Amino acid sequence: MEEEHQHIVPYETYLKILAILLLMTCITITVTVIDLSAWTVLIALIIACIKGFLVMSIFMHLKFESLLLKILAIGVVLLFAIILAITFIDYLNR
Amino acid sequence: MIMNRAEEHNNKEIAKLGMWIFIFTEIILFGGLFIVYSITRSKYSNEFHGAAAHLNVIIGAINTVILLISSTTVAMSITAVQTKNKKLALRLLMVTIVCALVFLANKYFEWSGKFHHGLYPGSDLMMELNRGYLLFFSLYFFMTGLHALHIIVGLTILLIVYYKIDKGIINHEKYVLLENGALYWHLVDLIWIFLFPLLYLIT
Amino acid sequence: MKHDSESYLVNKGKRKGLLAWVTSTDHKRIAILYLASIGFFFLVGALIGEIMRTELFEPGQQFISAQTYNALFTVHGIIMVFLVVIPGLSAVFGNFFLPIMIGAKDVAFPRLNLFSWYLYVIGACLAFYSLFSAARPPDTGWTFYAPYSTQTGTNVISALTAATVLGFASILTGLNFIVTVHRMRAPGMSWFRMPLFPWSVYATAWIQVLATPIIGITLLMLIAERMFKIGFFDPALGGDPVLYQHLFWTYSHPAVYVMILPAMGVITEIIPTFCQKRIFGYKAIALSSLAIAFVGYFVWGHHMFTSGMSNTAQWFFSFLTFIVAVPSAIKVFNWIATMYKGSIDLKPPFLYALAFIFLFMIGGLTGLSLGAIATNVYLHDTSFVVAHFHYIIFGGMGFAFFAAIHYWYPKMFGRMYNIKIANLGWLIIFIGFNFLFFPQFVIGMMGMPRRYFDYLPQFTFGHQISTIGGYILAVGLFIMIYNLFKGRKGPIAEANPWGGKTLEWQISSPPPHENFDEVPVITGEPYNYE
Repeated sequence: MEEEHQHIVPYETYLKILAILLLMTCITITVTVIDLSAWTVLIALIIACIKGFLVMSIFMHLKFESLLLKILAIGVVLLFAIILAITFIDYLNR
Repeated sequence: MIMNRAEEHNNKEIAKLGMWIFIFTEIILFGGLFIVYSITRSKYSNEFHGAAAHLNVIIGAINTVILLISSTTVAMSITAVQTKNKKLALRLLMVTIVCALVFLANKYFEWSGKFHHGLYPGSDLMMELNRGYLLFFSLYFFMTGLHALHIIVGLTILLIVYYKIDKGIINHEKYVLLENGALYWHLVDLIWIFLFPLLYLIT
Repeated sequence: MKHDSESYLVNKGKRKGLLAWVTSTDHKRIAILYLASIGFFFLVGALIGEIMRTELFEPGQQFISAQTYNALFTVHGIIMVFLVVIPGLSAVFGNFFLPIMIGAKDVAFPRLNLFSWYLYVIGACLAFYSLFSAARPPDTGWTFYAPYSTQTGTNVISALTAATVLGFASILTGLNFIVTVHRMRAPGMSWFRMPLFPWSVYATAWIQVLATPIIGITLLMLIAERMFKIGFFDPALGGDPVLYQHLFWTYSHPAVYVMILPAMGVITEIIPTFCQKRIFGYKAIALSSLAIAFVGYFVWGHHMFTSGMSNTAQWFFSFLTFIVAVPSAIKVFNWIATMYKGSIDLKPPFLYALAFIFLFMIGGLTGLSLGAIATNVYLHDTSFVVAHFHYIIFGGMGFAFFAAIHYWYPKMFGRMYNIKIANLGWLIIFIGFNFLFFPQFVIGMMGMPRRYFDYLPQFTFGHQISTIGGYILAVGLFIMIYNLFKGRKGPIAEANPWGGKTLEWQISSPPPHENFDEVPVITGEPYNYE
């Protein structure tokens, strides 16, 4: 009970994640410079999502939190995505 | 004694759940802006392409790196508090705070550079621009402006947390305030993770 | 010990009088603060409505200019939607009874709760400022459609700020309630042992938390348009006004579920009590609240069928609109099924509940004609729409509010009102309401536009019946409110005057400060009649 929230994440883990995040940032910038036109957006977004996922699950501790919180977080992101998609249903079909 | 522990545990869970729900509201808040961005960009993809060239990728990248580092240090400060290392916690938190200040300074330079050239919402120059360009810059100012406001709020929270760790109010037994403050800071970082490529890297 | 079993109405602690109330973090006192403020603003909004109806008695101008009329329907909408109907049931009865019904002694964040009320008051003051300040009151309609809202010279910014502040209050209340339900239920109260009013307040809270931020950011964008010409919604600057409508309704449609879900929760509490019978289909009702909250996020386009959306989008939204009607229908079936072979007691709360079902069904069924695209094109922006949403919002949420106040009055104040006069008030309100709004369906179908202060002669008869209905309604409201006020000095009420089974009826009337002398332990279902 007490113990799971005494879950202590080692410093090294955070530093490793930082390294990955910095690497991904470099990749994103490189991809932009190379310019793969339409693919650039997609790759940049995918990388941003991966970075976001790492920040949420490790830095924000979601990985070590209750199932409820994980489901809620996924649910909120999904809700936003669906609303965006539905709005595009209008604009893409005009 | 046992009742007390259960109550304390529940209180901590209450505080944490409350903070997460607040984070969800912020995600949706910025989500509205991302919707406007997406729709507007789909209509003006070439103009956005051209307009974004006027943004300074280097400053944007530096700011990205700064925020990522600051997120790391604030997360590490939790480990420090948990392991009773008050000195390290304070140092890490100070790095986070300095990062926040540098970010704001960069933002100030970026924006004043634009203002100097007559580029700000509602300016004569803006009104004369190609519409796609106008909308891009409006989005740029609005989104980074709202984000900067959140940086300022986050900074204030971090300063308060710093003070409380220093005074021992936050300690290895009671540190939910630090966790929640860190969560808010991570949110600010999270938003920038998406803002950066969408505004700076579409050239 | 004596202190804790004292009524919450008695001041505990150092502060006295009004100060003791406006600084209290007791959820019951905060509920009463909301009741007083919301009640007040309801009367202001109603008065504005009566003024509009008076002007509409005859074609041509009676005593109001066209500009003033536009301002009147705008402010009527802003007050009713943002100050009364959206906060209404959650802020008053959710605050008072959610903790009690789940066996808690307060909400998760009591100080945040009080802060929410302060935000509410600030928002209300801003709304009033926009009404009475030097520049003309807003004339955009409560929907603030761009590009008119970004160009009109009236006082739109303060109204927008008011709505944003009020939205924030709504978000914080929702946040509070979600955490309360998740973490403060009494021992033994599993999710499916929780009564259905808390269920509905919980579902509502999720909408408050996840939909309101959209209107927050959208209104901020409107303010930025007015002040800085950012251009998102201005066609002259390359923007799209329909995008504004998308964003606005992405919140404002779920907002109507914020209005109606707690209302349905109230009805779901009242019916078992006055039929002395277990609710039919407990799980179906609980889950249908969640279903409505969820699907309700995806239907917003049905407010925009004629705006210039793509056909695909029209089809999509119409389809989902028909789907979201299903969980509501499930509730109606379950209420009726509960009444079947029940031991029915026609007291005022039950009368209002019956009226709710009748009026909500009319509102809901007319919604189907609006949800179908072909008929929508004909009916959009006519007075048919006005009648539809007043049946749902006023006939639904409004009557549920009256039902709730008559149901929980003895618990909240420890006194009983006069039942016969309450019944009379109910009858006159019901008659007045139908005379006021039903003709608006008819003239709407005949072609009467909404938001028009003048009209063609063929609509005169319908308008006159409607205006007279409005006066009858006003009389009924006066009787109801006067009766409730007098009831404060009425006979002392017992703890459980209606024979209810949920937790609030097991404590004294009025409740003590900490709700329960000892933490209740739940061992069975909530509606265990017979």
